[in-house]
Amino acid sequence: MSSQTPSQTVGPFFSHALTPGATGHAPIAGRQLADERTPGTLIRIEGRVLDGVGHAVTDALVEIWQARHDGAYPDGSDAFRGFGRASTDADGRFWFQTVKPGAPPENGAPHVNAAVFARGMLNHAFTRIYFSDEQEENSRDLVLASVDPVRRKSLVASLRDPAGPPVYDFEICLQGVHETVFFDA
Amino acid sequence: MTSKRILSPRDWSSHPRQAHPEYKSTLLRSQRQPLVPLPQSLSELTGPAFGHCGVTGLDADLTRNAIRAGEAIGERIVVAGRLLDESGRAVPNALIEVWQANAAGRYVHSQDQHDAPLDPNFLGAGRALTDSSGRYRFTTIRPGAYPWRNHPNAWRPAHIHFSVFGTAFIQRLVTQMYFPGDPLLALDPIFNATADATARQRLVAAFSTELTEPEWALGFEFDIVLRGPQATPLES
Ligand SMILES: [Fe+2]
Repeated sequence: MSSQTPSQTVGPFFSHALTPGATGHAPIAGRQLADERTPGTLIRIEGRVLDGVGHAVTDALVEIWQARHDGAYPDGSDAFRGFGRASTDADGRFWFQTVKPGAPPENGAPHVNAAVFARGMLNHAFTRIYFSDEQEENSRDLVLASVDPVRRKSLVASLRDPAGPPVYDFEICLQGVHETVFFDA
Repeated sequence: MTSKRILSPRDWSSHPRQAHPEYKSTLLRSQRQPLVPLPQSLSELTGPAFGHCGVTGLDADLTRNAIRAGEAIGERIVVAGRLLDESGRAVPNALIEVWQANAAGRYVHSQDQHDAPLDPNFLGAGRALTDSSGRYRFTTIRPGAYPWRNHPNAWRPAHIHFSVFGTAFIQRLVTQMYFPGDPLLALDPIFNATADATARQRLVAAFSTELTEPEWALGFEFDIVLRGPQATPLES
């Protein structure tokens, strides 16, 4: 038996390795998980990461892991790999282009799993991104039901314009009155 | 949805506490609400696969993967080890990414203001896949210590950042590897955020004559342990 290696902060200087743009090698994953050829509905998730006084966290890293449009998790053989990575910009903003995940086979509402990393976070934090236009499914989801109703909305990304292209807004508050629900999975 | 724990929980006696006042950046970025328990479903127990992402052998040699004209400057080292889970089982074919400052203690990053030279032949980023026995191996330059503004005259001990994936999304680990005998370790609020001294030592690599390459590079061994299968209590 061995014991777990302790977590340490991702620090402020990860971008040349984890989210390289102009400097660095070809990234292993990025903000764009899908395009027009990917089966399913193409969506954008746009968000911000904020600290305990509402200031933008400009050096956060957000990773997502999600099912395909049919609810199955990719096993590495699909073109759609289900994993995305984005760093926040000078405004604390990030975005992903992906497909809307299907409902998981075990029941529950469609969701994207997320991990949040930043300088000042000694451990990363797990959360989930649900969708505001899935009210029926959301109301039956056992994980959402297990969360204090006041805080539940922090897990639901809101569809910006029901008549427009599917863009969902999702704010991640690391601390404070509106602190996002983070999970101990 | 399964309500059973398949993987053991995060071991909070090993991991640092999230709010650690000595590390100033935690003040406004640490969570104040308790974590909400989450049953382990496929969402938690599956994870991305990186076997076909085009990771090459050169990616694991930081002394060569960014050279333009000339050689990376500094003390060459080999950093190698095994990726295991708590039951001691190897985690094969897993992605490990590393990043670090150069020999002078400077990162290739626009926000790094430390007045130390960049090395045009060193990027400080690498990646590797573990082999069938969970082994990985990097060749790199020993990073320098660097100042940060956490408190007066604060210096980070030399370290290499590690990002590790297991097979499950909840096995994800980001950590830092330190060097044995570094006097800055005792003064570092990040290293010391893990309260337990034994757990902290798991972040310190061991000098290894076996990994040391004659006439070429010193070797350091650093094993990484991820959450493993939940131990099932024996039925009485
Ligand atoms: Fe660092």
